[in-house]
Amino acid sequence: MSVITILMTMVSTALIYSAPLIFAALGGTFSERGGIVNVGLEGIMIVGAFSGAVFNLTYGPALGAVTPWIGLLVAGGFGLLFSVLHALATVNFRADHIVSGTVLNMLAPALCVFLTKIFYDGKGQTPVLDQSLSTFTFPILSKIPVVGEIFFTRTSLLAYLGILIGFISWWILIKTKFGLRLRSVGENPQAADTLGINVYLMRYSGVLISGFLGGIGGGIMSQSISLNFSVSTIAGQGFMALAAMIFGKWHPLKVVAAAIFFGISQSLAIIGAYIPVISKIDDVWFQMAPYLITIVVLALFIGKFYAPAADGETYVKSK
Amino acid sequence: MKTRKIIFGSLLSLGLVLTLAGCGSQAKSSAGKTTKNSVALVTDGGGIDDKSFNQSAWEGLKAWGKENKFSKGVGGYDYAQSTSPSDFTPNINKLIKAKYKTVLGIGYQVQKNIADASKQYSDVNFVIVDSVIPNQKNVASVMFKAEQSSFLAGVAAAETTKTNKVGFIGGVKSDIVEGFQAGFTQGVKAVNKNISVDVKYAGSFSKADLGKSLADAMYSNQEDVIYQAAGGTGNGVFTSAKGLAKDGKKVWVIGVDRDQKADGKYNGGNVTLASAVKEVGIAVQDLSNKALKGNFPGGKTIEYDLKDKGVSLVNDNMSESAEKQVNAYKEKIINGDISVSAKAN
Repeated sequence: MSVITILMTMVSTALIYSAPLIFAALGGTFSERGGIVNVGLEGIMIVGAFSGAVFNLTYGPALGAVTPWIGLLVAGGFGLLFSVLHALATVNFRADHIVSGTVLNMLAPALCVFLTKIFYDGKGQTPVLDQSLSTFTFPILSKIPVVGEIFFTRTSLLAYLGILIGFISWWILIKTKFGLRLRSVGENPQAADTLGINVYLMRYSGVLISGFLGGIGGGIMSQSISLNFSVSTIAGQGFMALAAMIFGKWHPLKVVAAAIFFGISQSLAIIGAYIPVISKIDDVWFQMAPYLITIVVLALFIGKFYAPAADGETYVKSK
Repeated sequence: MKTRKIIFGSLLSLGLVLTLAGCGSQAKSSAGKTTKNSVALVTDGGGIDDKSFNQSAWEGLKAWGKENKFSKGVGGYDYAQSTSPSDFTPNINKLIKAKYKTVLGIGYQVQKNIADASKQYSDVNFVIVDSVIPNQKNVASVMFKAEQSSFLAGVAAAETTKTNKVGFIGGVKSDIVEGFQAGFTQGVKAVNKNISVDVKYAGSFSKADLGKSLADAMYSNQEDVIYQAAGGTGNGVFTSAKGLAKDGKKVWVIGVDRDQKADGKYNGGNVTLASAVKEVGIAVQDLSNKALKGNFPGGKTIEYDLKDKGVSLVNDNMSESAEKQVNAYKEKIINGDISVSAKAN
């Protein structure tokens, strides 16, 4: 492979891998900034992947090429609905956040496989989706020499969309009144309450936004990567997203960067085998590389972590 | 005092449960009538309509039942579906209590449970598919010579590639998956020694995103045919190929275990070149017939190969000349002119 092909493949595989993570990790950020720990992201992604796939299969023939885009919104919608369970349990019923999140993670795969069996004559996985989000070449940008080829040819449009949403999230969280209120509820709900902020409403919105974005993340998995839904469509991405969120210190832009970093370390491991000198190294090292790189970077370059102060604490108004 | 009460109470309830359970199984076993030739199978987590192993096995058993005019249910043939490994032993016991003469475990996951049951019930015939239980007189082990169908996949790839580069993506490295890899490489090299085979393992059977990335890299490296033996990870290989095919690049995937033609379909074409298939159904049918005729091959390992149609290469989109070559090599393997090794290198 030529240098440019190597770089192009590396960038595109990194972006494809990180696209679902970006969305889910941003979702997690909203929830935790509002003080609700959301380990249920994995379950939310499963629901998103499933509903996206079902929508795609049902309306694909009628809607044609726009189906997967609407499918993403549908996936987000169902992710949002599913996350209501988490909000209800943690905000209203004062349940432990980890326990409630684990319930989502255990409920989602069972529920979705069960529904798959009902919808598709008892089969354990859906048929293959015809309408999918394949790779995308940017019209004008791809004409730029070298850079265009590396970054804008046959790449993941969704990852670029994710980066854009990352900027929007940053603006919402840091620059708007809503963002300030959401963060204050995650840092010190008592103080926020005395200032007249509706803590429950804020926390609900944090969790629901995370449900919407997490659902989209799942929809990306089923509609652009696995192209069907089965038990193994979402295998740990939700937890990777949580890791990216912590890695990015609950800051939207850093979270996006962390998700892309995971993607790059993953793609380095794959593409390394095609880079002349490195390719002599045994396979096992490449498979280990993403985790190894992460540990090294985590240990050496990332300073102290500060989670939102009231993250994981149930707020009881009357106290 | 309190603890003693609790212990007494729990012992009492345990006793009750056991008595009731005893009643249940007695009632069931008395329901068995003519059970001499009955056969039943236990699935390994998938349903009998999983488009793969279990479905194929159940179809084979149904065909056998039809052929011999047995009806579904006790005394004829039936299945017990497992949704998790904890169901294996209860399912096996249930079938034994219902006096099925032959009990089949589909898939290597059921191996241990079948091995345990076979020691306990020496008068029942057991079959384990895709794994081996050695030195047990009432167990027949079924293996597939997947290296032979993989060899043909290699021939098909070599006859199709324009770039003289092909790839192999495996799930988790194991003896079975290495058999696929070895057969494929030998097949490619048999046609043309100069074609390079790029071998990669994903380290997982369930990471479609990793499969897609691996395939993207291979296709970027000008490899135009990929043989995947990687389960759910293989989904990503199909996604990658379909994406490229939509952009007008000519790339192919060879499917595995079942006919994966449907997985390769996209708007305007199909990327599935062929599929290397394990015919579990044929093995099930064959063994059930042997048990029926009283020569159940207990204690032996039976390997199904190209010759008895236990493995095969299904043509999905091969060119005529490629298919001709595949058939020619198939004859040679069946005749014994070529022997395919299951060991990589």
